[in-house]
Amino acid sequence: MELKRVVVTGLGAVTPLGNDVQSTWNSAINGVSGAGPITQFDASKFKTQFACEVKDFDVAKYLDRKEARKCDRYTQLAIAASEEAIADSGIKFETEDCDKIGVIVSAGIGGIKTFEEEVGYYFQNKEMGPKFNPFFIPKMIADIASGHISMRHGLRGPNFGTVSACASSTHSAICSFDLIRLGKASVMVVGGAEASICESAIGGFNAMTALSTRNDSPETASRPFSASRDGFVMGEGAACLIFEELEHALARGAKIYAEVVGGGMSADAYHLTSSHPEGLGAKIVMKAALEDANMTAEEVDYVNVHGTSTPVGDPSEIKAIKEVFGDSAYNLNISSTKSMTGHLLGAAGAMESLFCVLSVQNDIVPPTINFTEGDEDSEIDYKLNLTFNKAQKREVRAALSNTFGFGGHNACVIVKKFNK
Amino acid sequence: MSDVASRVKAIIVDKLGVEETEVTNAASFTNDLGADSLDTVELIMEFEKEFGISIPDDQAEKISTVGDAVSYIEANAK
Repeated sequence: MELKRVVVTGLGAVTPLGNDVQSTWNSAINGVSGAGPITQFDASKFKTQFACEVKDFDVAKYLDRKEARKCDRYTQLAIAASEEAIADSGIKFETEDCDKIGVIVSAGIGGIKTFEEEVGYYFQNKEMGPKFNPFFIPKMIADIASGHISMRHGLRGPNFGTVSACASSTHSAICSFDLIRLGKASVMVVGGAEASICESAIGGFNAMTALSTRNDSPETASRPFSASRDGFVMGEGAACLIFEELEHALARGAKIYAEVVGGGMSADAYHLTSSHPEGLGAKIVMKAALEDANMTAEEVDYVNVHGTSTPVGDPSEIKAIKEVFGDSAYNLNISSTKSMTGHLLGAAGAMESLFCVLSVQNDIVPPTINFTEGDEDSEIDYKLNLTFNKAQKREVRAALSNTFGFGGHNACVIVKKFNK
Repeated sequence: MSDVASRVKAIIVDKLGVEETEVTNAASFTNDLGADSLDTVELIMEFEKEFGISIPDDQAEKISTVGDAVSYIEANAK
């Protein structure tokens, strides 16, 4: 059976850098940080008091009050991003076979704020007995964004979430890619969403010492590949891509951003939260993606790294890139857009796949911001082009996005310029 | 309107996203105000919280209109 080709025909985003794709991309290529003091709760007693929040999000543009109340913020953000992507694709569902159109919009955690509120209420009012809101479970569960999006548009094809912590929405992209390649869907709404800037999540990640505590300088805290990096910066948001079978896209005259050509998946099988120090799982996943794409390493021009700005994670990913790409690693542009967006956890994969698509389309590589001369880490090879501080114009034939999740889950997707 | 009635109606307007004028005593949560089974459970919970009462399931099942809710709460609130 010949596999079908898959292209990207629509994009949507609600991020710390902007509430749509254009403003997010503009901020990214201008090296703007989305970080600031936390406004969603009083963080004064927390070790980390800043994050990359989505600003001025107006849910009323997408959902009436009654519907909005039934959605955790992560689902609200997912719906907003999906609406932009669907509109951008120009697809008219009323003239489509919607049994072949699916949705995989994933979250790493899901409705943690809802969980916090409901469980908190119960334990504070235990003498009243169990008084849980009937929407507690359907708001909290990590698959529900996919469900909501399907219901809004009557999309009856494959519908679920993929859960792999910070790799969740790369798995969503790979699953969707495979479903279309195998002919099981003609169009997939692909994405990730996360909204975990709340007490339990900040406190929980702080307990692992995973978060930067650079409270005096939120904008410069996410500094991947700098010796002084001290952890990731929590982000929130949603990103969405429309994946479409090539012939289907051509038949309706859709605009094509890029082609999805490969997906790799692996596990470190090593530690709960730490990456393998030699980047073992990262090597396997990039090799698998290249093999799936039937590409050589030399054909890739940009690697959007997982690069969360943690002490262990950044150098191990660099080691893996050097091993997989060999000498051609020095021709690559490498960047961590988490230096600007913060870490969108389960939405990171969709966010960064979207950046890869725009990089391939526009021949611009967004930067790794916040690097200062003199802040080199002896474990990192600075002969590599880490795209520090300023976006770089270059031909981007293909771009690869890595994401790694707690549990040792690795996922990698490759997009390239579309040529008939 | 009694104090109970106005508080009950405010909750319904808030939770169901309906206009105040629609929330008449005779209005049925499901037939007139667009509530589904989960919405109805949520309304009962909100009444319990607002009035500090506990509405047993067998009683809750009988509350299907705005008027039913107001009468039950007036009879049972402390």
